[in-house]
Amino acid sequence: MEVFKNVLCPFCGCCCDDLEVEVDSNKIINVKNACALGRGKFLSIGEHRLLKPLVKVDGELVETDLEKAVEKTVEMIKNSSYPVFYGFGCASCEAIKLCLEMADLSGGLADNISVVCHGPTILGLQDMGIPSATLGQIRHRADLIVYWGCNPVEAHPRHTIRYGPLSSGRFVTGRKSRRMVVIDVRKTPTATMADVFMQVKPNSDFEILTALRALVNDLDLEVEEVDGVPVAKLEELADMMINAKFGALFFGLGLTMSYGKEHNIEAAIALVRDLNKKTKFVMIPMRGHFNVTGANEVFTWQTGYPFCVDFSMGYPRYNPGETSAVDVIARGECDLLFIIGADPCSHLPHYIVERLKNVKLVVLDPSITPTVKMADVAIPVAYVGIEASGTAYRMDGVPLQLRKVVDPPPGILSDVDVLNRIVRRLK
Amino acid sequence: MSGKLLIKNGFVFDPVNGVDGEIMDVAVENGRIVEDVRGTDVRVIDATGMVVMPGGVDVHSHIAGSKVNSGRALRPEDHYRDYEIRRPGLRSGVGYTVPSTFVTGYRYARMGYTTVIEPATPMLKQRHTIEELNDIPIIDKASFPLMGDCWFVMEYLEKNMLKECAAYAAWLLKALKGYALKIVNPGGLESWGWGRNVRGLDDNIPGFNLTPREILRGLCKVNQMLNIPHPIHVHANRLGQPGNYQTLIETMDCVRDLYNGTKPVIYLTHCQFNSYLGESWIELSSGAPEVADYVNKHPHVVIDIGQVIFSSATTMTADGPFQFQLHLLTDYKWVNADVECETSAGVVPFKYKKRSYVHAIQWITGLELALLIKDPWRVFLTTDHPNAGPFTEYPRVVGWLISRKAREATMKKVNARALKRTMLDSIDREYNLYEIAIVTRAGTAGILGLKSKGHLGVGADADMAIYDFNPRNIDLSRDYKLVRRALRRAAYTIKTGDIVCVNGEIVKSTEGAILWVNPSVSQDLENAVVSDIRRRFRDNYTVEFENYLIDESLLINSRPLKIKGGV
Ligand code: SF4
Ligand SMILES: [Zn+2]
Repeated sequence: MEVFKNVLCPFCGCCCDDLEVEVDSNKIINVKNACALGRGKFLSIGEHRLLKPLVKVDGELVETDLEKAVEKTVEMIKNSSYPVFYGFGCASCEAIKLCLEMADLSGGLADNISVVCHGPTILGLQDMGIPSATLGQIRHRADLIVYWGCNPVEAHPRHTIRYGPLSSGRFVTGRKSRRMVVIDVRKTPTATMADVFMQVKPNSDFEILTALRALVNDLDLEVEEVDGVPVAKLEELADMMINAKFGALFFGLGLTMSYGKEHNIEAAIALVRDLNKKTKFVMIPMRGHFNVTGANEVFTWQTGYPFCVDFSMGYPRYNPGETSAVDVIARGECDLLFIIGADPCSHLPHYIVERLKNVKLVVLDPSITPTVKMADVAIPVAYVGIEASGTAYRMDGVPLQLRKVVDPPPGILSDVDVLNRIVRRLK
Repeated sequence: MSGKLLIKNGFVFDPVNGVDGEIMDVAVENGRIVEDVRGTDVRVIDATGMVVMPGGVDVHSHIAGSKVNSGRALRPEDHYRDYEIRRPGLRSGVGYTVPSTFVTGYRYARMGYTTVIEPATPMLKQRHTIEELNDIPIIDKASFPLMGDCWFVMEYLEKNMLKECAAYAAWLLKALKGYALKIVNPGGLESWGWGRNVRGLDDNIPGFNLTPREILRGLCKVNQMLNIPHPIHVHANRLGQPGNYQTLIETMDCVRDLYNGTKPVIYLTHCQFNSYLGESWIELSSGAPEVADYVNKHPHVVIDIGQVIFSSATTMTADGPFQFQLHLLTDYKWVNADVECETSAGVVPFKYKKRSYVHAIQWITGLELALLIKDPWRVFLTTDHPNAGPFTEYPRVVGWLISRKAREATMKKVNARALKRTMLDSIDREYNLYEIAIVTRAGTAGILGLKSKGHLGVGADADMAIYDFNPRNIDLSRDYKLVRRALRRAAYTIKTGDIVCVNGEIVKSTEGAILWVNPSVSQDLENAVVSDIRRRFRDNYTVEFENYLIDESLLINSRPLKIKGGV
């Protein structure tokens, strides 16, 4: 038996890098330190596995070999008038780079799954900036931690222990020295841990944030309550924020994807920015998939833009609302969708998935997903972070290495290897 | 890095070898300068009537890593009007103040620059910096880890454990593939963890029993003990504040006694931002004469100017408290990015306007520094890209240095009150090309300790720039626009013997190397320090020790420099 230490968990944006994976004859038999989600991923890689490349012949998916599948993919990209490269939440940075190169070469479009999660965070950032920090700053210093519209106990299970209220740091040690606030539309398991839980009505975040900001700036509110929340309670929270030595705001899809979207984020940024005039305050988005942050980073350094990048004019163009994958599919402009590290047929809105029926679909995935089932070409790849190495970025932008602990099933390559074969033939 | 090249009949400027515009041939083989080449396979470049120099070496330019990428992400408006279209073999991308990686490499090569230093990388995010450096084509590059406010460093210095601190620094440079020690606003970054700052060299740093002066002196000693080729690279306290020239001079002076008469012991970067006289913004004036006077009298100091260009800029430094103040001052958007146990960072867009009194003072201060410091080997041309302006505007700065007329043309348009309160107008000095070659390549390569760069002697890297103007037929001062144009688009850029640029167009994209240093430490000391660090690593960081290290295989083209001496 072999034990791999310091393994990064390729599941959520926490990117816990302290896992111990026990391997016997190329089989994972145990995973230590991970939460149930992470552990589950390591232990279930054998399930629903895509083992052979598939191509669609007369409406039916039939098995083929890698060479033919690659050949077919290259031909489809070459014949496409506007290919879209999409996904990347669960791909390594190395794979993302190759897809950007393909998009650049073919005059297509590249987009990542931020478009359906933290896209509004990016738009808010581009409008106002963002006062942020790495997670360790919070562990060492934060005496106030606010979770807004997110539920780490279920979605990022080790967040509170490694980086949040239960963590222990140099200047602030442990749960007792920190105050924890949860703001959400329902009493989540995270909320039950909090010192203060503020339940808000769905889609009222913008109003609440704006009211809080007014209070932080010592303005009087001429009302008794804001969207059902008593002003007295908001005052209490504003005081907590001002009086914190170091405050941190974590926010999730409850804020980015509810009514108002980027306006909610802008209101949150304005609040945290103003708090910095009185104390120290930072904010960090709770990114979902383990490398969606990396997708934004690679997109940005290669093209200047974090997502929604169109190459049809021969250079990177960016105009979310026009150049997102969702936009071009909705407008029926895309004739080929190349997917890696995502399962859009389960995640994209239904009307978009309907549109995909008229679009050629190439999918690289380790397992048989709903998207694979709709594909014209599906190529099996290794699970990156388990069967292949690479780079990923944690939710706070800390880059980390994905480690290979077992070999993929026979004949299956890493996504980088498959992409290299495709790119070589496109040049 | 292949064939044989012969560059014939150019006016060669090679200050390291004392060559001042003589007509000479330069021969290249296998990526290096050689005595002579022969054979039928020699490619001849006719440089008759052109200027031949070593490739440009930029000692301080923010081109890669986490905060640079934050700047890119923050500013779509910076990219919209400035882009590069994909061409066969080349990638597309965008500018302007924070260009994408490919464009960064192309644009430097276009100007005849072949080596560029990213001067501030947070160690925890070094993998990011390396990933971007890998994606910057053609040029060689290196990065300086931000060590000044690093907890391990501060703890060793607190306890006066200099040898251990040196061993730690050595290990860090080696483990993370860094090139030199960077110190930014010493003590101020740790204070910024609490939203505060330090006010001067002798303030106590919250949470530590240590002062900025002790950090500077400690790391300066460490640097000497390890024999690191570049001196400590310092962004002084109180950057961007009125009256800060005194702090700058105190910073220079605080390591004066450590100079042993050989090489400079401290490098002060973008000094323009630290050379302000006056009690407030209204009274702001240039402290460059005072600073220059100090530098002229003290050979232990080297600086670069950080020249302001009247254009848009993106300010980005590890100086979190400064960036926040700038945000408050301008109300422009603001990114803050503190890094646990190490540093902070901030990004704020900016625009330098000719009519603004303060901006005019800044422009004047930079030029006064360059013109009043007598020894070109100790003052270098930078814009602290993209803080005071983009690197693509270096030719404009050269224009101001070589031509009083060029300065006058700009002075006509800048704030008149600022001119009246400063002495720029009374300075007649004009750089010659020999001096330009020093402040843009020979001197910078020298202070970086890059022995095979910045000159054209036999054995040097075949990195060269050929500019299409005839220095004997023109008057630099009068024809500065012609020079400026020629510098913007090199007739040829040669990188490691490859012709990568012809007439300002990239003709070949190559992989530049990442340079890093590997200092010597006795095995026992290294083992002791590494096990100490490893033991305490989890207490400090949210990542595991092993995941903090950068394996050499991550560097596409790795070029380590083994350093002799050490502890
Ligand atoms: S919290 Fe996220 S990264 Fe950490 S072990 Fe659980 S799933 Fe993996
Ligand atoms: Zn700088």
